[in-house]
Amino acid sequence: MNWNRKDLIGLEYLSAAEIEHILATTDSFKQVTTRSIKKVPTLRGKTVANLFFEPSTRTSASFELAAKRLSCDVLTLNIATSSVKKGETLVDTARNIEAMEVDTLIVRHGAAGAPAMLSRAVKACVINAGDGWHEHPTQGLLDMYTLRSRLGGIKGLRVSIIGDIAHSRVARSNIWGLTKLGAQVTVCAPPVLLPVGIEKFGVKITTDLDEAIAGADAINVLRMQFERDCAQAFPSRTEYFRKYGITQERLQKAKHDIVVMHPGPMNRGIEMSSEVADGPNSVILEQVTNGVAVRMAVIYLTATAREASL
Amino acid sequence: MTDKKTVIMDSAAMGKTLSRLAHEIVERRGDEPGLAIVGIKTRGAHIAARLADKVSELTGKKIERGYLGITLYRDDLSQQSEQPLMHSTEVEFDVQGRTIILADDVLYTGRTVRCALDALIDLGRPARIELAVLVDRGHRELPIRADYAGKNIPTAKSELVRVRMKECDGADEVVVERK
Repeated sequence: MNWNRKDLIGLEYLSAAEIEHILATTDSFKQVTTRSIKKVPTLRGKTVANLFFEPSTRTSASFELAAKRLSCDVLTLNIATSSVKKGETLVDTARNIEAMEVDTLIVRHGAAGAPAMLSRAVKACVINAGDGWHEHPTQGLLDMYTLRSRLGGIKGLRVSIIGDIAHSRVARSNIWGLTKLGAQVTVCAPPVLLPVGIEKFGVKITTDLDEAIAGADAINVLRMQFERDCAQAFPSRTEYFRKYGITQERLQKAKHDIVVMHPGPMNRGIEMSSEVADGPNSVILEQVTNGVAVRMAVIYLTATAREASL
Repeated sequence: MTDKKTVIMDSAAMGKTLSRLAHEIVERRGDEPGLAIVGIKTRGAHIAARLADKVSELTGKKIERGYLGITLYRDDLSQQSEQPLMHSTEVEFDVQGRTIILADDVLYTGRTVRCALDALIDLGRPARIELAVLVDRGHRELPIRADYAGKNIPTAKSELVRVRMKECDGADEVVVERK
């Protein structure tokens, strides 16, 4: 398998073999991140710019660490105080940064399609760190990597994605990736949080949480995004927890070794109880650890593909 | 066929050469308490495993062995037309304070060895690192030399030295090909 894409825009556009290749490459980087010298000289001299047009702590920190552990120089741009406020277009901002010989742009943007547009406008690598409700490919990859290390593989797994499917880019990346690798995916949400057309993704749909949990090998519990307007769709937090919150009692009916994931940041007591979040089935912090290795693999693969094409 | 191939080491000769290397290692380092042999993937790893077996046999001591994947340390990423295969590192013991014999199949420019030294030192601080190779074909581009060399072969830069090993190629032999 030879990776030849300079960009990572979404898992929708990748083949199963390409996704497997990223996961296999991640193994080598996982090893690097767990030893005492957590750094390799692989991309010495390369520069990575973090362009976050939306707030993020975990993802931007994870990308920054990933780049630093590959020996890249990292520029993290605080977009709130940048020229965007002065009226510069997105493409102009990116081209100006690229003009300073930056090799990779990590882009998070509120508008779906922004990273794809930039990838055509610049020669630098573009990695999507979340665009609107479209995709968050590295989150999908790190969720799959965590499942693969916990359960040995993806094929044939029963994975339920629970929560605000309608407004979740994490859900979309997970659905694309998991179905391509042969998992059976169920989505579970209150009717108002199920997007129109979701049945076309090849997933099972339910509004009953117990049904989604029964027999599942893993559940991926999404964040309720109360900071966004879309939370209006389900205004009562206590009612949400009562009907869709993951609790220890609910898990009694599940496989005893069910894997519980959450992409963070977590609303404790809304999407899941603290008991579950900190319990033996939870792999939430493992996901965060794996995130750095997955992002190292993505930065590495895209950078070498770009080099090869120059 | 315009390619010209010469077998310069057959299976029996390779066995003898590795035995001699093992004896040299034991003679010089057999008494070291933390002696370990680490091979560079792919074929250097097989050489390391065979040397470690022989050294164990000769000294009656268990010799730690490990394997290095050095892709992440290469200095020629931008000159590759294809992405190199990613081999993972398997060194399960602490390298700190040990005498490490680094093993590879062919010593040529010395660049692979330089990568391997960086990779090894990132795992800890060995007391000493020595280099054992099956074949030294010359044409060094860096100040690196082998402490244990199985065979010195004068070659032209246009020639290709190919080491084949049972573990991955089905047979043991060293062949020089003229391009």
